[in-house]
Amino acid sequence: MSEQDPTGERGITEATGGVSTLTRGDFMSDQEVRWCPGCGDYAILAAVQSVLPSLGIPREKFVFVSGIGCSSRFPYYMNTYGMHSIHGRAPAFATGIATARPDLNVWVVTGDGDGLSIGGNHLIHALRRNVNLKILLFNNQIYGLTKGQYSPTSERGKITKSTPFGSLEAPFNPVSLALAAEATFVARTYDVERKHLPEILRRAAAHRGSAFVEIYQNCNIFNDGAFVGLTGKGGSGNRVYLEHDKPILFGPDNSKGVRMGVDGALEVVNVADVGLEGIMVHDEHHESQSLAYALSRLASGPTMPTPLGVFRDVEHPVYGDGIEHQLRTAAEQQGPGDLSKLLNSGDTWTVG
Amino acid sequence: MAAQIAPPDSDPAGSGTERTELDRVVIRFAGDSGDGMQLTGDRFTSVSAFFGNDLSTLPDYPAEIRAPAGTLAGVSAFQIHFSDHDILTPGDQPGVLVAMNPAALKANLKDLLPGGLLIVNEDAFDKRNLEKVGYASNPLDDDSLEGYQVTRIPMTKMTIAAVKDSSLNKKEAERSKNMLALGVICWMYGRPLESTIAWLEKKFSKKPDIANANIAALKAGHAFGETAELAAYSVKPAILAPGTYRRITGNQAIAFGLIAASVQSKVPLLLGSYPITPASDILHELSRYKNFGVRTIQAEDEIAAISMAIGASFSGHLGVTTTSGPGLDLKSEALGLAVSLELPLLVIDIQRGGPSTGLPTKTEQSDLLHAMYGRHGESPLPIVASYSPPSCFWAAIEGARLALKYMTPVIILSDGYLANGAEPWRIPAVEKLPQIPVRFASQPNAGEDFWPYLRDETTLARPWAIPGTPGLEHRIGGLEKADGTGNISYDPDNHNLMTLLRQAKIKAIEEDIDPLEWDGDDDAKVLVLGWGSTYGSIGAACRRLRLRGIKVARAHLKHLNPFPKNTGELLSRFDKVIIPEMNMGQLSKLIRADFLIDVISINQVKGLPFRAGDLEAEIERHLS
Ligand code: SF4
Repeated sequence: MSEQDPTGERGITEATGGVSTLTRGDFMSDQEVRWCPGCGDYAILAAVQSVLPSLGIPREKFVFVSGIGCSSRFPYYMNTYGMHSIHGRAPAFATGIATARPDLNVWVVTGDGDGLSIGGNHLIHALRRNVNLKILLFNNQIYGLTKGQYSPTSERGKITKSTPFGSLEAPFNPVSLALAAEATFVARTYDVERKHLPEILRRAAAHRGSAFVEIYQNCNIFNDGAFVGLTGKGGSGNRVYLEHDKPILFGPDNSKGVRMGVDGALEVVNVADVGLEGIMVHDEHHESQSLAYALSRLASGPTMPTPLGVFRDVEHPVYGDGIEHQLRTAAEQQGPGDLSKLLNSGDTWTVG
Repeated sequence: MAAQIAPPDSDPAGSGTERTELDRVVIRFAGDSGDGMQLTGDRFTSVSAFFGNDLSTLPDYPAEIRAPAGTLAGVSAFQIHFSDHDILTPGDQPGVLVAMNPAALKANLKDLLPGGLLIVNEDAFDKRNLEKVGYASNPLDDDSLEGYQVTRIPMTKMTIAAVKDSSLNKKEAERSKNMLALGVICWMYGRPLESTIAWLEKKFSKKPDIANANIAALKAGHAFGETAELAAYSVKPAILAPGTYRRITGNQAIAFGLIAASVQSKVPLLLGSYPITPASDILHELSRYKNFGVRTIQAEDEIAAISMAIGASFSGHLGVTTTSGPGLDLKSEALGLAVSLELPLLVIDIQRGGPSTGLPTKTEQSDLLHAMYGRHGESPLPIVASYSPPSCFWAAIEGARLALKYMTPVIILSDGYLANGAEPWRIPAVEKLPQIPVRFASQPNAGEDFWPYLRDETTLARPWAIPGTPGLEHRIGGLEKADGTGNISYDPDNHNLMTLLRQAKIKAIEEDIDPLEWDGDDDAKVLVLGWGSTYGSIGAACRRLRLRGIKVARAHLKHLNPFPKNTGELLSRFDKVIIPEMNMGQLSKLIRADFLIDVISINQVKGLPFRAGDLEAEIERHLS
């Protein structure tokens, strides 16, 4: 393969020098950021730009891929390689990039409409294949760029321009969906969480395989305050931070906890009533996603106790690694490709 | 393998049988989908190819994998035309029909030439099978087959008898009856059995019982031909240009061409593909050649398939996607993005009957205008069309050359007939294949900066800077880009300029492709113009006309966008231009629009290639 490896030929060398000196500024492009003032996207952009320099990866190895929507302008603002593709298909473009070039660090930025409506199929299949992608889904529960229609994560009854009498549809829970699609890393955080968001991004970056991060993002123009019950001042009581190997506690002085009820569903209890032993201990590495899935169903909306953090983090075979392995094995067993031999294979005969 | 087989000039039957010499033969093998007729035809093709005949084949099978046994819908047929001279088509009408059951007879008898040989498996002509297809009486017993030379063979019984020593039960044993039929035909045309025996041994190496049963049936058929003293013929090897040959189908030739393009350009190949008839074989074929560094992904859908290919192209690979009409519909939006991104990409469309699901296993040429215009906005791209199974190899390399040199998506049009049809192919020497030089950008091109849309002055191609290259980080997308910098631009004049540039880049390719050639009578007043798989039929029809002293010329377009530079000038030399197409006149429309020539259209959409005879008559009708 080396003979045809675009990174090996024609003078493109691995740039390792200067990695440690990268700063947030190195990842800021010269393009003016054009989201609405006050949009949650700004905070996410800042967090990503601040996390990347710390990963020890040369800047030219990063590729940001997006679809269509407000969030999908993201690549233009990153001074990395980037592709602003077509609506919903970013995971497929990114799969092509990551499969062709396992040396790259590929990020997908998508939204609830882009990733879950028009592009739902590509999202679940990228996760199922466990392609080495970091997928950030900005969930603002609304269509922003088309000026305010309900999205596949909008709550039932939502009044929007296209649903003046209220939406009749049940919303997707992106974390549940990702878990059901066999995702090997699933997390949730929110835009203005200054410490948690970068930490989750770092965890996603460290994961080999598909990492799916749902980021609650406020669209202050068309759906302002959608998450305020969780992210606002009074929301601290609803924030359930998941930590591996720790009992799932939240609320004032960790007075509340999560346990499995007799019917198998999770329930919120007072720790004082059941004792700390009765509280579920979070295991993000559990091979089965059942408990992670149950956790994702704890709240039906961000106005109830809502888990934040890493739901699942397991190691499974990575799609691109498998491909590289097959290529290597074939070259070892059959020898490197010989075109003349290939064309002359099978039954041949000679004339003259 | 070749060395163990008797050379073509030995006495093929080895028995000194007197054989009537023929210059060409058309045989159609027809049976139930489960009877293995495609395989039988394929083996006979292989034997004839090795024997040195020129040949052309036409598989014709139902879209259903297992249509109800014994019904007309379930009939599967394979036609082969082989000869001692060069031929262009799989033959209009067979002179020999092998019918394995009443359905096969009923569906195919109308095509058999008057007086033709009809070889039937009489065991299958029982009451039930006859009733299934509406025969009131057994045609083998009444006088309905009077105009043909009928040979009745109890193929099922003979097969069971031939394999009685094996451990196979009756039903399993019966399955080998296609090999019995093949044995009979091999005897009749003086074809040795060795290569088929070797092939069976290899194919069933893990199931020796089945291998032996098939071999026994094959030999029994051959022996039957001899003892029953069936008519014996010979067709001498054709005089072909010196070289090493193999048989190749269009789909296989595309796969080989893509690998060759990757080797010649040193750009690795990535295929994103979703299974679809009749293109899937390219995915199957390419997924075998991992030692060439070929990456294949069976995508979740057609859109993902092309998107993955574009992602690969962005990353420095040659992205390819293979499909047929319904898939091309789905890929349109992503293809438009590739036009805007100006990345090399190959979209290979194996056309089939449409609209909608249409006729999945039948051929048609009705995607030309779709390839040309099937995207929103002004989004020109080059179109290359193969015209014979072996030419698919050329089309893949030519498409890749244009894509890589001009940084553009290219559509390659093939069709169901080319995809599955086989012809002998003179294997090219690798040294003679075109070089495809590719250079990735490695330096800033605008002072300290890198501008992704700063074009090469001659080709108008933009630079290909791939991720991993330090200092050339850039973003591209589907929004309109400013000339040069590639930054998002909504400026009216810039959009106008970019539209013109994209158009000019594709148009300029006319300087870089072979001119349109023609052949025929120097003083011909009529030109028959074609494209794609009508190549053989048009050639055969014109040949027949000229043999009858009728003056005619023909030309065949291999590039549909842009047209070769001399196209308009060449067409204007003739009083009449006739364009036969397996569509409602799509090339005719383009020619009329581009050159203001009032061409005459001959159109057929039957899911089958033109018959040379029909075309001959149609062209003649327009001559006066
Ligand atoms: S519409 Fe909403 S999501 Fe889009 S940029 Fe404005 S605030 Fe942000």
